[in-house]
Amino acid sequence: MRREVPLVITGIVGISLIISFFIPHTPFNLLETLFTDWFLIVAAFAIVLGILNLLKISLDKVYKKKKDWFFGLVVVFSFFFIVIPGFGFSGGRGFQNPGTPFFWIYFYIYIPLMSTMFALLAFFVASASYRAFRARNKEATMLLLAAFFVMLGRVPIGYYLSFWLPENYQLAAVADWIMNFPQTAGQRAIMIGIALGIVSTCLRMILGIERAYIGGE
Amino acid sequence: MKLFDRLLAIDRRIIFLLVAIAVTLPLFSKTILHIEISPMVKGVYDAVNNLPPGSKVLVTFDYDPASAPELQPMALSFFRHCFSKDLKVIIMGLWPQGPIQANIALEDVFRIPEIKAKNLKYGEDYVNLGYMAGNEVVIQRMGSDIQATFPVDYSGNKTSELPLMKGIKNFDNIDFVYNLSAGYPGTMEWVQFAVDRFHAKLGAGNTAVQAPGMYPYIPRQLVGVLGGMKGGAEYEIIDKHPARAVSYMLSQGVSHAVVVFFIIIGNLAFFATRGKRKTSE
Repeated sequence: MRREVPLVITGIVGISLIISFFIPHTPFNLLETLFTDWFLIVAAFAIVLGILNLLKISLDKVYKKKKDWFFGLVVVFSFFFIVIPGFGFSGGRGFQNPGTPFFWIYFYIYIPLMSTMFALLAFFVASASYRAFRARNKEATMLLLAAFFVMLGRVPIGYYLSFWLPENYQLAAVADWIMNFPQTAGQRAIMIGIALGIVSTCLRMILGIERAYIGGE
Repeated sequence: MKLFDRLLAIDRRIIFLLVAIAVTLPLFSKTILHIEISPMVKGVYDAVNNLPPGSKVLVTFDYDPASAPELQPMALSFFRHCFSKDLKVIIMGLWPQGPIQANIALEDVFRIPEIKAKNLKYGEDYVNLGYMAGNEVVIQRMGSDIQATFPVDYSGNKTSELPLMKGIKNFDNIDFVYNLSAGYPGTMEWVQFAVDRFHAKLGAGNTAVQAPGMYPYIPRQLVGVLGGMKGGAEYEIIDKHPARAVSYMLSQGVSHAVVVFFIIIGNLAFFATRGKRKTSE
């Protein structure tokens, strides 16, 4: 029963939602509304579950003085540093409004930290490009050439380097051609492949053939 | 040969320093570079420009501060365009940080004198519905009933009592959807659910990394896409209000040129020392 009940639920819900897509009338539209409302509630609880799990792991790390336990303490401290002002001192539901302590923490601490983390990528990409982008063979050379045209064509400097060329041969035009034709064709092919894979996997799950999501065994 | 050997073994901190200089120094210059308007950006601009006053525009903020340097200028210029045309703006987010980023953009746009003079009122001219967990299922739920999906706005006001939300049931009552996205959930989900299922009209602003993935959707599912900071700069130019994105383009252009220069030097050094490596093998 432990394995059969989830399989039956998956099958019934999956088939109901597929039917509701093609027959958007009562009772299928009501079923769809019901299931999506339940999903939204479960998704909200999943956030709470994730937070509690993070706290549990971090506190366990600190309590047992595991490797890098100090960072577990930082996680717990940061969590309460934001949650307490957000819940207690930021005006209730309007806690995200400009002027509240929560907004101050978000604007002056969270934004600079997130922006800094992401900005580090630029330096590592530059360093990796210098060390790894080598025209070792035909394919790598084509990739490099495409990178040159797109990187220079997609910024205004590309115009200043090639404005003297006929319009269709300027860097921006070549970059646009690369993005609009070979790139889009490849993207389209990958997206269709992924979509077919998703349809196949979902059908297998609805029919009970794919059971890895249940776990156990 | 010694020079090329040393180039290949260069300390990466020197590369970091050069990139930092390339990014930072141009920010002090007020030079505005020539920027061509692409058809993708024009598609979004024309779609908004053709909306009559009073039209309802849903703006979804699906990004966090990490992507704000690229997407925040787009949000600001889009808001400016919408409010200058007396369009009604409904804001929401599928990312938790989205609605706060929207508030920051609103604060900035309300400082613009022509927008400040309009004395826009919350609840009548714009509304922030806030964040809803559930990713693409939120979009699907909005397709049947937006007010049931967001029973209260981000401040706790009942959406059914907000003047702007009266008469808005689902995507049939929304004239244009503009999605600012940095990943999942994002533009792809909006195309799959809001456009393909509920026939919403959609434009998008994406990070430069994500934008090429949306090209297959243009022009049938997406009217256009603003890609990265250049897309934001193009929108500011076409709207005749150059602002932050335009001023950042010199920095981006110089840093791209520096990276290309590194790649060229790296390859020159590689080929110059290849013979020596083959001999030693």
